[in-house]
Amino acid sequence: MSEKKINHRRKMSRDVLAVNVLGYILIGLFALVCVLPFYLIIVASFTSEASLIRNGYPVIPTDFSVQSYLLCLKNPVSIMKAYLTTIGVTAGGTLLSVFIATMTGYVLSRKDFPWRNKVSFFFFFTTLFNGGLVPWYMLCVRYLNMKNSYLGILLPLMFSVWNMIIAKSFMAGIPSAISESAKIDGANDFVIFARLILPLSKPLLATLSLFSALAYWNDWYNCMLFITNENMFNLQYYLQRMLGSAEAMRIVAEKSGIALPSIPLESMKMAMTIIATGPIVLLYPFVQRYFVKGLTIGAVKG
Amino acid sequence: MRKVAEDKRYKTPFLKTARKHWMLLVMLAPALLYVIVFSYIPMTGIVLAFKNYQYAGGIYGSPWSGLDNFKALLVAGKLGQVTRNTLLYNIAFLFLGVVFEMGSAILLNELLSKKFKKIAQSFMFLPYFISWVVAGAIMYNIFNFEKGVFNHVLNLLGAESFDLYNTPAAWPIVLIFLKLWKQTGYGSVVYLAAITGLDQEMFEAASIDGANAWQKIKYITIPSLMPTMMILVLLGIGNIFRGDFGLFYQTVKTSALLQPVTDVIDTYVFRLLINNSDVGVSAAAGLYQSVLCFITITICNRLVKKADPDYALY
Repeated sequence: MSEKKINHRRKMSRDVLAVNVLGYILIGLFALVCVLPFYLIIVASFTSEASLIRNGYPVIPTDFSVQSYLLCLKNPVSIMKAYLTTIGVTAGGTLLSVFIATMTGYVLSRKDFPWRNKVSFFFFFTTLFNGGLVPWYMLCVRYLNMKNSYLGILLPLMFSVWNMIIAKSFMAGIPSAISESAKIDGANDFVIFARLILPLSKPLLATLSLFSALAYWNDWYNCMLFITNENMFNLQYYLQRMLGSAEAMRIVAEKSGIALPSIPLESMKMAMTIIATGPIVLLYPFVQRYFVKGLTIGAVKG
Repeated sequence: MRKVAEDKRYKTPFLKTARKHWMLLVMLAPALLYVIVFSYIPMTGIVLAFKNYQYAGGIYGSPWSGLDNFKALLVAGKLGQVTRNTLLYNIAFLFLGVVFEMGSAILLNELLSKKFKKIAQSFMFLPYFISWVVAGAIMYNIFNFEKGVFNHVLNLLGAESFDLYNTPAAWPIVLIFLKLWKQTGYGSVVYLAAITGLDQEMFEAASIDGANAWQKIKYITIPSLMPTMMILVLLGIGNIFRGDFGLFYQTVKTSALLQPVTDVIDTYVFRLLINNSDVGVSAAAGLYQSVLCFITITICNRLVKKADPDYALY
């Protein structure tokens, strides 16, 4: 018996070993490819401008310098403004979008609500067909005055049918007896939602918050469409503009033969990239657990 | 007389339901208002595709122009190219996406070291968390001709520098790689969750019957992932004529040289609207895209429904 077991295990281990060797190599390589670019950007942001111009972006840290970060902080007004815009819009937008998605999802998860299928399809249809960019853009700009208004970067991401479907399928898993008995006790539907259902939906709230926060934090598209006032740029669009204009300046300087003013453009671009990415990536290890859990919620068909 | 009776029969339950569930309706109101304003009203704006847009008249007051916008779109001669690019890129993203995501989920699941698995997963997830602006900056850092790391390493190895931003032929590979780089970590979690949810007794039973690790992957894990894959592929096919705007816009920027291999419907529509201010033609291109998408998803869903109703989207 025991001999058979040992034999069995040895036979098992050869193919398990093979799968693992393949797994370690492929996964290891891919994980490295995923993380290496971040390392390169960080190294470049800490390299002196002279060295960047002379030797190109380094692989191994050389000529360590914090000049680029100091310059970003020395002239902080516009960066700080962009930061505050992004933080404000992300906080407000996430709160609103999670509230609306869960509230709508709750109503549509109520089995005693006779119109739930029709209303669900009314929402779902918008994912199947839409008018395209132009009518939407014209409506926002001409009739809703969203040009150069913070609404332009707040509203477009405020409601997502997919998030609502995730909320709906999560809440459909909460026993309907909770809503029913509270209803008999005389509580109204909103109180049931806010006091009883939401506290039971913490993983859902975490997931949707993360999705929304990520969408708002990384948004540059709506800012590009709606905002032309430099004081209202959000962080990602500010970075995009800086990368672009720095590039334009460099080309002009090269073409016209005028020496660039001693701005460390290259390393500053990298420092800005790090500054713009920073917080959301730092947040990641803390929310990873919820995220994986939430994706599992999302994988359930709505 | 009969009509009145009929009206009554239909009206009463409607009002009764509305009264009984008024609070639920109030709770639905914000989202309903949102999709009406930002989805349904813009749908009526597709009339712009058949109009000669003038600022004074707006969407509904501008004069009709028949099919002029569509003719202009055909004359411009770009539609075939951008449609082909969108379709081919999305097919590649979809196919390779499934291979990469499912493959890494299966391998991650087999790894014996939980610590390695956790670290690798965190690393693979990292690109998902950055915006396309940052991804574009990172790509420029690596492939830029004079200073990029890629050429730095090539030169160290004694090879000639490679000018990616002047080599259109290389872009499909680079863009496909970039897309996989950004989404594999995220996508694999969905498959990994599906694997974790599988009944472990199946694997134990297979082991007792003498199946090796490869056989278990081939005959248990992969077939069990098919429902998840079907749903994701179906969603992907529904968007097969919708380009990932951020990917194409932030990496290619405005390079005219690269346009033939990197221009997708979305970037084309955007350029027509923002750079050319060609509202009518842009709306026509957008409508063309929406209709293509709608037809694809409808046909696809119908076919899937016929084969197995459980996999259908709606």
